[in-house]
Amino acid sequence: MTTGSTEKVNGARALIKCLEMEGVDTLFGYPGGQIIPFYDELYDSDLRHILVRHEQAAAHAADGYARATGKTGVCVSTSGPGATNLVTGIATAYMDSVPMVALTGQVPSSMIGNDAFQEADIKGITQPITKHNYLVQDANELPRVMKEAFHIASTGRPGPVLVDLPKDIQISEIDFSYPDKVELRGYKPTYKGNLQQVKRAAEEIAKASRPIIYAGGGVITSNAAAELVRFAETIMAPVTTTLTGIGAIPTEHPLNLGMLGMHGTKYANYAIQESDLLIAVGARFDDRVTGKLESFAPNARVIHIDIDPAEISKNVPVNIPIVGDAKHILKALTKYVKCCNSELWLAKIIEWKTEYPLRYRKESDVIKPQFVVEQISEVCKDAIVVTEVGQHQMWAAQYFKFSEPRTFLTSGGLGTMGYGYPAAIGAKVGRPDKLVVDISGDGSFQMNSQELATAVQNDIPVIAVILNNGYLGMVRQWQELFFDRRYSCTDISGSVDFVKLAEAYGALGLRAEKPSEVRPAIEEAVKSGRPAVVDVIIECEANVSPMVPAGAAINEILDLED
Amino acid sequence: MKHTLAVLVENRSGVLSRVAGLFSRRGYNIDSLAVGVTEDPDVSRMTIVVHGDDSVLEQVKKQLNKLVEVIKVSDLASEDTVGRELALFKVAADENSRAEIMQITDIFRARIVDVGPKSVVVEVTGDEDKILAIETLLQKFGIKEMVRTGKIAISRGSKKV
Ligand SMILES: Cc1ncc(C[n+]2csc(CCOP(=O)(O)OP(=O)(O)O)c2C)c(N)n1
Ligand SMILES: [Mg+2]
Repeated sequence: MTTGSTEKVNGARALIKCLEMEGVDTLFGYPGGQIIPFYDELYDSDLRHILVRHEQAAAHAADGYARATGKTGVCVSTSGPGATNLVTGIATAYMDSVPMVALTGQVPSSMIGNDAFQEADIKGITQPITKHNYLVQDANELPRVMKEAFHIASTGRPGPVLVDLPKDIQISEIDFSYPDKVELRGYKPTYKGNLQQVKRAAEEIAKASRPIIYAGGGVITSNAAAELVRFAETIMAPVTTTLTGIGAIPTEHPLNLGMLGMHGTKYANYAIQESDLLIAVGARFDDRVTGKLESFAPNARVIHIDIDPAEISKNVPVNIPIVGDAKHILKALTKYVKCCNSELWLAKIIEWKTEYPLRYRKESDVIKPQFVVEQISEVCKDAIVVTEVGQHQMWAAQYFKFSEPRTFLTSGGLGTMGYGYPAAIGAKVGRPDKLVVDISGDGSFQMNSQELATAVQNDIPVIAVILNNGYLGMVRQWQELFFDRRYSCTDISGSVDFVKLAEAYGALGLRAEKPSEVRPAIEEAVKSGRPAVVDVIIECEANVSPMVPAGAAINEILDLED
Repeated sequence: MKHTLAVLVENRSGVLSRVAGLFSRRGYNIDSLAVGVTEDPDVSRMTIVVHGDDSVLEQVKKQLNKLVEVIKVSDLASEDTVGRELALFKVAADENSRAEIMQITDIFRARIVDVGPKSVVVEVTGDEDKILAIETLLQKFGIKEMVRTGKIAISRGSKKV
């Protein structure tokens, strides 16, 4: 079962052909001794290779590319330190179920196990953070392994797959032909939901008077945003999303309650706690969402739609599980449901929304971080927003107005500082038609700021807006609230002049120090069409509000702006 | 609560490490794990004894199933399976005690597979209770060494896993 005729090529050439057969157009990578044969073949190919400045960035860029486009991202590194530098990026993709294939060079087969120069057991190291991984032991296996790698990465619940490529495998000759099917008896994801379960769920919905939909990143992954909105409108149920589910329903949609959980809206959390039916779609009841598990949605029956059977009843007991693809199931479910009697419930929700809106104290002399995000939202409508990790990430989630899926890219599960800027580069490469903005923190930006060189060299005009508070702000906030304001090792003020840093790399550097300077700076960055950094000096001790203290129930949510 | 799982996996290098890694990473308790090839040379079979409540067992099965190289996971209910384990005991023995040890061995349908001047090696096959029983009886002579294979299990009748 193969396509086309066979042809004699070396392993490296075979790899390139496999990538082409998979429709790959761009790789993100960094060369080294044990992957030179592959890079040599790449020299003659039409594949675009973005040379990063640190392998971690290659993995994050492949991840950003994948999240923005829905296609599988590909990153490449050499053996040993190159491969271990990918690890954080692979783990980030794993936690958020992002389709990725990582190709790593490895020492020649005959030397494996001898602690050879730049040898690392990357298959062993990445075992718990990949969906699957391979060490290729025979060059003839390459086409099958690559076919399987892309198949596994992109189907079912997606995730990263690593293929380790000893140098001798890259140079040995094989008869190349690409299989057109995979045969994996141990891997058969379920897509179509069980019809019986769908009908049971519909009955449950008909009985409910206070239903709520809790939508996660799975809705985005399954391209089910439109189906989600139609479903919500059909049953007239409010929708709250997780951090990675943002974009599944437009921010301004009347049924949208915004994000739930630790820094969710009060009204989303209240609605969850009062609901009598929780419809979870592509979400995994993460502890940042549920707060104290025993008191999460205490009055609700639970319907859980997920493609991964292992997520069902992992944290919260489920009454009606439906295993399968969210898009299929939401479509099917919408056919069977009728509008339930949720009028009183929706009225209650409007009351909460009015009484407990997201809010911050406006001031005229200092720059409020929430104000900056609002300005970005107005100037960069419909942009792809990428974030780092910290307070700025939460402000971006709370105050940017999203209208489409795949426009909010953030490291939700692993919470990786340094994710945003390289992921923004990947997103821009995948979606050159879109404006791409990394909403960044002064701490996080310094974790991968070397990638300014990548953006400039490859002419990838992403904009980084740094919400510069001079602190590792999120940690400082916890220290303020729970550790008696003892700011141990969180003051990073005066680290670097970000404007000069940008300029040193050949990027545009801009600064805003007064509220009136914020919008013009963002506008100038957009207009420039160049890689740009906007350093915004914000109120240094602003806090993310509201907040559920760790271990509390999600309705025990504090408004820190009171 | 103990459960016996029969897990069919691809017969490839690295699969055992994946399964073992899964158990340690997710904090599941393994009592024993035995593995060997099956009637199909491409397939290995693991017999894994785990303990935990029903929800833990459910998670173990689902997580195992997620491994690409795991072909099938079956929960063997104790009523309709035959479970066996092999154990070898090196027991201190001299002229005075050897006869008594042989007697015990006979009662348990075990075998003495090696005799030395100061010890004997007893081989016993059986379920966990039987092995525990003979171990208790041999203890008074002094068990110098003990090795167990871990349980293997198969369903009764013509039904296959
Ligand atoms: C790689 C990594 N190291 C440490 C942390 C822990 N951490 C979470 S938020 C944060 C502070 C982030 O600071 P900054 O980027 O300036 O964002 P801010 O919270 O100030 O907006 C830290 C250190 C992390 N999430 N990731
Ligand atoms: Mg900061």
